[in-house]
Amino acid sequence: MSDQDLKKTPLYDAHVAAGARMVPFAGYSMPVQYKDGVLKEHLWTREHAGLFDVSHMGQARLRGDNPAKSFEKLVSADYQGLKPGKQRYAVLLNAQGGVIDDLMTARPDDDGLFVVVNGACKDNDYAIIAKVLAGEATVERLENRALLALQGPEAAAVLAAHVPQAASMVFMDTVALSAFGVDAIISRSGYTGEDGYEISVPATDAERIWNTLLADERVKPIGLGARDSLRLEAGLPLYGHDMDETVSPIEAGMNFAIGKSRREAGDYLGADRIGKELAGDLKRVRVNLKVLEGAPAREGAEIADETGAVVGVVTSGGFGPSYGGAIAIGFAPPALAVIGTKLKVIVRGKPQAAEVVASPFVPTRYVRKI
Amino acid sequence: MKFTKDHEWVEVEGDIATVGVTGYAAEQLGDVVFVEVPEVGKTVKQGEGLAVVESVKAASDVYAPVSGEVVEANGQLSDAPETVNAVPEAGGWFAKIKLSNPAELDALMDRTAYEAFLSTL
Repeated sequence: MSDQDLKKTPLYDAHVAAGARMVPFAGYSMPVQYKDGVLKEHLWTREHAGLFDVSHMGQARLRGDNPAKSFEKLVSADYQGLKPGKQRYAVLLNAQGGVIDDLMTARPDDDGLFVVVNGACKDNDYAIIAKVLAGEATVERLENRALLALQGPEAAAVLAAHVPQAASMVFMDTVALSAFGVDAIISRSGYTGEDGYEISVPATDAERIWNTLLADERVKPIGLGARDSLRLEAGLPLYGHDMDETVSPIEAGMNFAIGKSRREAGDYLGADRIGKELAGDLKRVRVNLKVLEGAPAREGAEIADETGAVVGVVTSGGFGPSYGGAIAIGFAPPALAVIGTKLKVIVRGKPQAAEVVASPFVPTRYVRKI
Repeated sequence: MKFTKDHEWVEVEGDIATVGVTGYAAEQLGDVVFVEVPEVGKTVKQGEGLAVVESVKAASDVYAPVSGEVVEANGQLSDAPETVNAVPEAGGWFAKIKLSNPAELDALMDRTAYEAFLSTL
């Protein structure tokens, strides 16, 4: 794809004006970093508040007689039990129990379900959803909306200055409300491990709202580079890397994505495989690795046991600026996934010592109670 | 000091070339968090991988601007990789190479030519 074919978010001009380095991502020209660079942007988000443009992600409404019941044909979560004002994570499953995408679904109001999916997957996701739900529910893509993420320990105070109601929300609350003079959908969630919000607003007003938030000295714009290092430290898998159509949510360590009532009913795609995996029949599972020496182990680096035999592969890896060292997510047999297990990562042909550690690498700071 | 289109610099004293990356390269790389320098005694050919520089986001190869034998590597970079960002064209050097073909230097750019090249990027 040439650069001319790349789509632009409503904030493209603002990114360029701020000196962002723009790269192709999910079919869009997106800011990978601004002038401060990935390391400083990462640390700023952990200490203050970072503002991210995630408008490449797919936003949609599902409507129908019982869109949650219909949607459950494709996803793992208990969405019929999703309470108004709440959001819940799920994976979109294929018939083999592999992951087509991971997503968030909310009931911000009485207008069906509000679904947010990954940018790189959205066309495929919506085609599958529309096909399976045909006759029962409709999918409306909200192409005219932008999505901002405000993340970090000062995010709540920053947003409360403009949207007082945001202060009374807890983690995964999602509400439709009038904010910044427009119809907004705000959830208290994100992809950094920090407290924060995702804010859906009309595209026509996105740049004004972006600039309004950036006018607060606690807020800086943060690119996708730091978004990746922040989510890695938070132990959050990245679709297309740590999960794909061959990986089940159980292998990926996302057991919570299968709702309790769904487990009991066994009424989701791939239930044969996933049911067995939930009972402990697993050949590989996600491991979080601390790289104890040498270079960062990145996606594709082999994982070996102490004898040097290759047992798995790194699916995401890099340097954790807040962790203060190289970290990786990968897959290994369950017997080698026990915390404290010594493994090797092979970087440019050299075996380097690594150790299985707990997830997350950096403690998350979600606000679950006010 | 001489320069390559891959943004390495070479400073020659006698038959020893000190090699690093330019300020432009350091800026493009972003904050350096790890450097893999070559082992002393390794023989490199011009254009071959000499070192690897890692930022938070990615690993980037540094190519040998001249052929020869590595006679010294900058061990300081293992403890202080950020030196590459702070002083790329001085203390952030990677290796010293004993030149095996000094004529290779003739094809490299001087600073004026390198700056003219940068203005085309």
